[in-house]
Amino acid sequence: MAWGILQIVVFIVLLALIAKPLGAYMAHVYRGERTFLHPVLRPVERLTYRLCGVDETREMGVVAYAVSMLVFNFVVLLFIYAVLRLQGHLPLNPAHVPGMNPADAFNTAVSFATNTNWQVYVPETAVSYLTQMLALARENFVSAALGMAVAVAFFRGLTRKSSRELGNFWVDFTRSFLYILLPISVVFGLVLVSQGVVQNLNAPTKAVTVEGITQTIAQGPFASQEIIKELGTNGGGSYNANSAHPYENPSPFTNLLEMLLILAIPVSLTYTFGRFAGNQRQGWALFAAAMVILLMSVAVMYASEQKGNPNFTKLGVTQAATATQSGGNMEGKESRFGISASILWATVTTDTSCGAVNNAHDSLTPLAGGMAMLNIALGEVVFGGVGVGIMGLLVNAILAVFIAGLMVGRTPEFLGKKIEGREMKLAVLAVLYFCVTALGFAALASVLPAGSNAALNAGPHGLSEILYGTISQTGNNGSAFAGLTASGSFWATIGGLAMMWGRFFFIIPCLALASSLGAKKTVPPSSGTFPTTGVIFVALLVGVILIVGALTYFPSFALGPIVEHYLMYAGKLF
Amino acid sequence: MSEQAHEHTRKAASMRGLIWPAVGQSFVKLDPREVARNPVMFVVEVGSVITTIYFVLGLIQSGSDTAFVGAVSGWLWFTVLFANFATALAEGRGKAQAATLRKTRTETVANLVTPQGITHVAAGELRRGDVVVVSAGEMIPGDGDVIEGIASVDESAITGESAPVIRESGGDRSAVTGGTMVLSDQIKVEITSEPGETFLDRMIALVEGAERQKTPNEIALTILLAGLTLIFVIVIMTLEPFAIYSKAPVTVTVLIALLVCLIPTTIGGLLSAIGIAGMDRLVRHNVLAMSGRAVEAAGDVDTLLLDKTGTITLGNRQAAEFLPMPGVTEQELADAAQLASLADETPEGRSIVVLAKEFGIRGRHIDPEKATFIEFSAQTRMSGIDLDGQSIRKGAGEAVISWIRQQGGEAPPQLETTMDDISRQGGTPLAVARNDKALGVIHLKDIVKGGIRERFDQMRAMGIRTVMITGDNPLTAAVIAKEAGVDDFLAEATPEAKMDLIKREQQQGKLVAMTGDGTNDAPALAQADVGVAMNTGTSAAKEAGNMVDLDSNPTKLIEIVEIGKQLLITRGALTTFSIANDVAKYFAIIPAMFMVSFPQLAALNVMRLHSPNSAVLSAVIFNAVIIVMLIPLALRGVKFRPIGAAALLRYNLLVYGLGGVIAPFIGIKIIDLILAALHLTT
Repeated sequence: MAWGILQIVVFIVLLALIAKPLGAYMAHVYRGERTFLHPVLRPVERLTYRLCGVDETREMGVVAYAVSMLVFNFVVLLFIYAVLRLQGHLPLNPAHVPGMNPADAFNTAVSFATNTNWQVYVPETAVSYLTQMLALARENFVSAALGMAVAVAFFRGLTRKSSRELGNFWVDFTRSFLYILLPISVVFGLVLVSQGVVQNLNAPTKAVTVEGITQTIAQGPFASQEIIKELGTNGGGSYNANSAHPYENPSPFTNLLEMLLILAIPVSLTYTFGRFAGNQRQGWALFAAAMVILLMSVAVMYASEQKGNPNFTKLGVTQAATATQSGGNMEGKESRFGISASILWATVTTDTSCGAVNNAHDSLTPLAGGMAMLNIALGEVVFGGVGVGIMGLLVNAILAVFIAGLMVGRTPEFLGKKIEGREMKLAVLAVLYFCVTALGFAALASVLPAGSNAALNAGPHGLSEILYGTISQTGNNGSAFAGLTASGSFWATIGGLAMMWGRFFFIIPCLALASSLGAKKTVPPSSGTFPTTGVIFVALLVGVILIVGALTYFPSFALGPIVEHYLMYAGKLF
Repeated sequence: MSEQAHEHTRKAASMRGLIWPAVGQSFVKLDPREVARNPVMFVVEVGSVITTIYFVLGLIQSGSDTAFVGAVSGWLWFTVLFANFATALAEGRGKAQAATLRKTRTETVANLVTPQGITHVAAGELRRGDVVVVSAGEMIPGDGDVIEGIASVDESAITGESAPVIRESGGDRSAVTGGTMVLSDQIKVEITSEPGETFLDRMIALVEGAERQKTPNEIALTILLAGLTLIFVIVIMTLEPFAIYSKAPVTVTVLIALLVCLIPTTIGGLLSAIGIAGMDRLVRHNVLAMSGRAVEAAGDVDTLLLDKTGTITLGNRQAAEFLPMPGVTEQELADAAQLASLADETPEGRSIVVLAKEFGIRGRHIDPEKATFIEFSAQTRMSGIDLDGQSIRKGAGEAVISWIRQQGGEAPPQLETTMDDISRQGGTPLAVARNDKALGVIHLKDIVKGGIRERFDQMRAMGIRTVMITGDNPLTAAVIAKEAGVDDFLAEATPEAKMDLIKREQQQGKLVAMTGDGTNDAPALAQADVGVAMNTGTSAAKEAGNMVDLDSNPTKLIEIVEIGKQLLITRGALTTFSIANDVAKYFAIIPAMFMVSFPQLAALNVMRLHSPNSAVLSAVIFNAVIIVMLIPLALRGVKFRPIGAAALLRYNLLVYGLGGVIAPFIGIKIIDLILAALHLTT
């Protein structure tokens, strides 16, 4: 147990150490300031603009920015769909994988284009190497860079004075990709290769196990996919087992590295935001609030998983941690990771909209599973996905400031911007959107046979599987309670819709909010201003995120994980 | 009975008088068209209708749980009624006041001046530009400016102040208000308002709340509340499918009960009452805000522009000391100064006479035959007396020095250095000379009002910058600014300089408040975010500002800011309280909903409520009753403490945030105990 906690502490410390240098570097990049990579990358950047006919000095208003982003997204979505449908006729397909069916291809195209990486397909048998590289891994870069671009536009809106411009989408996108995602991926992709993550174009290996059974082991260009899958909080694995597979995540070291990569950009963006706001404490306040919720999740999950299943105890199975075993609930976990590294990963991946998994969330104890689900349902704001996460965090900050800020006797302000009707409308939309598809589609699925039959388990656990499915897709997370059979037209279709809704009905109100705030004058802070830095603000932000989240999901969770928890103690399992 | 206690009973009595009409209004306001203005209460009303239908159906078909359904729907109706009651009660105070005002607007006959002579017309027919004559004992028929004459006017109908005021043509005291009474003399008034748009009309409309529109912050808050309501509607609508899937279906009545408990009914029900009460608080301070927007803006003010004279210092300067030249005794100087001031009726002049008395110089009788009093004039900038062949003059330094030269004398260099010293200290020097000899200097000082420094410290704690506006030179201004504790000052202020200052502050995104009374203040009053015109001021000033202070007390600007802040704080506190309440309600209703199907969920029944029905009913009752219990707070406003934003937030979060989480646990439990004790539920 002590070792388990130590792992968590080490992880948090490393994370905090990354935030400042990476955050400062990103601030330089987005402001077009010189960095140590400029001698090499600046010519490439300029060439890109010349080839694409982009004038990097021309800034865009909210409409131009949003339209550029949407059109671009639509084009890449069509491209992925086409590759998935046609992969049977395309090269680099040693396993002779056929084209995907329309519903699954639609779901997958949307899934990757929205940074969700919900996978209705089994990667080893359903996609070719060309699809993996050209459609999926490439898209992982694109969807991540896109999220970062809109986040920077959002920062600009919040921190500029009387300006209607949010920056240039193409420039922000190119810089995210070229200066941030690409260099980190190259370096750490090679580190992963050095640790044993596969990177080849070989046909699957046939191996004979010690028991004499022939096993087909998939190979492929997967380190390059693995690195961006974590760094871009995408989460779509090259293997069905995702990061529990030794070819994706071979050792405790890669496990730690991959978790750090998942959180690296979302965490550092809080620092970048501090730079944009001209007050680093603003950034640290966001960091602290998200970290508090992250640690709460870790604590709940750790406690619940370590305690294990009381029904085993009745059978005389010891679940206590000893020198030779981690104890607790080990169902669905890799024994090389144990409880600590598994639940830490589960928190990290659900907090960030990554969705890569190194253990089966379906097998978590009810409370831990419910916690994973709640992490996503909070709106992916606990650092959240690259870019969009911090936008969500800031929208919650605006709500918190509005609700409690009135109590200091002024019209609520955030960063000196008055929050009035229009901003409130947009902020409410950017919070409200989530439960529409998360709860709405789940309700639909739970009463329609096509929806409810997909759940593997009965009773509350079945409901959890359904809820987790729609929540994960709306939150663009992509992890699953694997008991849910998500292929087939019903789930593939509502999933695709939920993912698109969850992505764009969040980003667009956010951009509009940024534009509306950007156009405002900035009131200089005084001792009468609501302070958005100190401890009270952090507590308030945590409170608002948790209370709004808890209030929204408590009723449905009461019938899912919560009642399952009590039933487990009453000896009933599902 | 003490004065205060008496006041208290009087208020209580008047409140009692308002209650019954408000009860009646609560039912009138059930009109869905009116409730629809408030999305939160609209949802409650729709819920009430639905549960009532179920109740009636239950009665017809003799359903099992009919009494419970009836109780829930009854309390849901009460929730709407209580919210309506709060609004009606807040409106009631204004209506009572409007009724009093209407009485003063009795049909007055106006003496209209026409080329054919004076004709009598009804006051209501007067148009802008008409000229009327008003004599002693007559009611002024409409708003206007005095263009001829001077009169004492009883304005108690508007200001409540019984002492008459002087109104005269020209200058800054020319404005008169319709409905006030001329007590002496006769004046000619040019009417400045069209029928139906007079000050009195506007005042009636304002206090009645007839023109009440939602203010920007109220709109933003309504959007937030509507958003939360929508989220909970989705939560409740999706809960039934989940319940069906879990084979634990829930009745519509219980679902609606949960919905109503979760949506922010407390703040939703009290929101408009808070706004009306805020306006009303201003009215009770004798300030009329022309819009609710102005009241909110007052809470947001970053910079206060305060006129030095009358706001920061007492109206007038007073003589503080005599500084004689070499070879002149203090006694001699005091004597001459007093002689020169005998005919000076200005407060400054009188203060010199008073100070001279301290030197044993009594008032004396001067034979007017032998003496010539020289009145002060703007050209000479001196006043004085010619007596027994002596000429004594006192006045501005340069004027006196050049007068000495004319008399063939020369002022000693000490005179100028002494005067400079006084200026540096913020005083006003007056030189005194007899014939060709400079006698010395009188030091006139501004007297800073008692307690004003503490007020400014409070302002600073609230993050408000105070700027003193004065016509004095920078030196003088700096000294007084320091003594009074303002943050900054604008010396040698002209209307243009004032305007520039306001614009400069606004450019930085700050909100500016100021007071003013003169016509030349009008542009600045219009530019300022909160412009408080003095009732004694000109019509132009009153037209330009967005508030009028009927007491014409410039210091009140500070109270106006506090009232604005109080309004916002009250909204925030009740919003926080309302949302925090939900936690307990979940713990009451969720286990009650599903305990039958999943007995293990009883673990969530942390309040150990008697039964599922009792739990649901207790939560609904608490939800309704809390509105009534908070009406006094909504009307009175949360107390404002000038302690800085961070401390204020910490305090209010503790009281209304944490308190809001805890209070309903206790309240619901108590109601449940009562219901169980009285066997009111199964």
